[in-house]
Amino acid sequence: MNDTNIQNKKRFTISPPVTALIIALVLFLLSGLLPNGFNDWASALRQAMNILRLASFIAIIGAGQTLVIISGGEGIDLSAGSLVSVGALITYILINGNNNLILPVLLLVLLTGAFVGLLNGLGIMHLKISPFVMTLGMSGVVQGTVILLTKGYYDGKVAPIMTQIIARDLVPGIPGMIFVWIIIGILMTLLLERTRYGKELFAIGVNRVTARLSGVRVTRMVVLTYVIAGALAAFAGFLLVGYTQNAGPNLGNQYLFPSIIAVAIGGTQMSGGKGSYFGTIAGAIVIQLITSLLTTMQLPQALQQIIFGSLLLGILVVYGRDKSLRA
Amino acid sequence: MPEQNKSKIALWWRNLNVKHSLGLSLILLVLTTVLYFALQPNLFKSGTVSHLLTSNFRTWLPVILVTVGQAIVILGGGLDLSNGAIVSVGNVILALTVTTVDEPGKNILMVLVVIAFGIAAGFLNGFFTAYLGLQPVIITFASSFVYSGLALLLLPSPGGNIPREYTTFYRSTQFLGIPLALIVIVLIALIWTFFRRRKYGQFLFAVGGNDKAAYTTGVPVTWVKISTYVISGFLASLAAISYTLLTGSGLSSSGDDMTLASVTGAVLGGISMSGGAGSVLGAIFGGIVLGNIRNIISTLKLNSWWRTLVNALLIVLVLAGPGLINLLRRKKK
Repeated sequence: MNDTNIQNKKRFTISPPVTALIIALVLFLLSGLLPNGFNDWASALRQAMNILRLASFIAIIGAGQTLVIISGGEGIDLSAGSLVSVGALITYILINGNNNLILPVLLLVLLTGAFVGLLNGLGIMHLKISPFVMTLGMSGVVQGTVILLTKGYYDGKVAPIMTQIIARDLVPGIPGMIFVWIIIGILMTLLLERTRYGKELFAIGVNRVTARLSGVRVTRMVVLTYVIAGALAAFAGFLLVGYTQNAGPNLGNQYLFPSIIAVAIGGTQMSGGKGSYFGTIAGAIVIQLITSLLTTMQLPQALQQIIFGSLLLGILVVYGRDKSLRA
Repeated sequence: MPEQNKSKIALWWRNLNVKHSLGLSLILLVLTTVLYFALQPNLFKSGTVSHLLTSNFRTWLPVILVTVGQAIVILGGGLDLSNGAIVSVGNVILALTVTTVDEPGKNILMVLVVIAFGIAAGFLNGFFTAYLGLQPVIITFASSFVYSGLALLLLPSPGGNIPREYTTFYRSTQFLGIPLALIVIVLIALIWTFFRRRKYGQFLFAVGGNDKAAYTTGVPVTWVKISTYVISGFLASLAAISYTLLTGSGLSSSGDDMTLASVTGAVLGGISMSGGAGSVLGAIFGGIVLGNIRNIISTLKLNSWWRTLVNALLIVLVLAGPGLINLLRRKKK
């Protein structure tokens, strides 16, 4: 009704990623006020590094999720959680403490993730299954395969180099994982902003018909995006097991929902066509801070689930309405 | 004369297919039922069939109820990924509060609370999706986390004990040899046929088919859409009641599997995922077909390590079915 009015007014706006970073800063300072918070600079810095390291896993799973969500068509990857578990399990079982096996196993992990992503993409584009339903179904297939292959028993060990790089400090005070994250962040931003793939991805996210008419091979792009997302999720599992030092068939499930909310907090539009990886990074930090706050306040897991769910609903109401069809 | 008869049957069959998209689900229903019965060893002993009917329908009722709800939401052009979580909440509330037969007033009150919760949760879904105009899939996915978190908060570990009198009532009540669960299903089918021909049914299909066109012809699109989620929430609460009576206990993840099962049942029942085409009768058939297939799989006596994979593959294959058929049709041309 007064849509035109609002558009005519010049409003003071902050972009969602910046908002998220401000929220993160406030939350971090708040966590310092808790009884077992930090009282000096050194412990504050240590706390911050710890938060960043934990947030990095959410953000790397969220990287694939960002691409899939930007691609539009109600795109989402609900198989990411079980792919993280699979990546972690393959790494844990096959490497078995052997440094020489890291590269071949990493390749296998990426291929496994890419293969599941390929199935997702083909099902969504060629069989016209809704992405939510397709990836949720594939998540079950992946879990079932894991149960069948491991028969509930698995044993292994992470390679020493992985522990050194991922879990320990590479430079005194800064965990190696942060550097891995920075590299992925730069690559993702370049991919989205500076490549043809990125341009076409935003194009199909905004409107698939116009994208097709301007020469974008929509089907191939969408399938490729799911393939990349699958590979990234499995890669996140590879990194995660380097940190936890132990894998399990349900390791990744707890990261799925946070990774989606991180994308949403970062201002990536859930209906596609708009977003950035920088936003996902900021969102992941916010989510990890909330998780840490809730854990220090010793609130039950269930409450965290309710808060995350309500948070996503809130974000959708605030950011998600640009494209709405109000009848 | 016989030719005319034949064309009459052909016409009836075409009507069934085109108008109600029931053909495929009927064929599947007959096929799976025959196969299932053929696999039963004691089929011709007296009482076997009646026993099978009772035990199967009481097990299937929760899934059939959520499938019908899902079907109505899909017909209206949406998708409800939170119905399973609503079942969990209802199940947990009942398991925590209904403990003795001595307080019938309180028990009835708690059943009403569960139904009220289902309706409220459905309304919330509808408000966010239809009124605020947000994507139904992501909204109901987010709200499912709120609901299942609530269930987990109320009942962190499995427990609760429903009085045996109630569970026996659910399990073995029969009228004229028809089990209670089947009567509920028939009632729902009758209610649907009643509304299908009236204003509400017309509105529902109009909205699901093309909501903009429906809006311009004066259909209250927002309210019709909200109503589909409310119906889905209401049916999920009924599913929670029947599930609780079936198992006699509470589990905070009891409805988790039902969400995807309800979508699968709707697809098996010939409901088009893009909305506006299908029939609730089909959804009921779809729910029964899904139950039949699961029964058939369980008679294969698979190693338990296979179970998760086979169930997941079944769901993906069913969901892929309509797409595969379309793909093959296009290739032929």
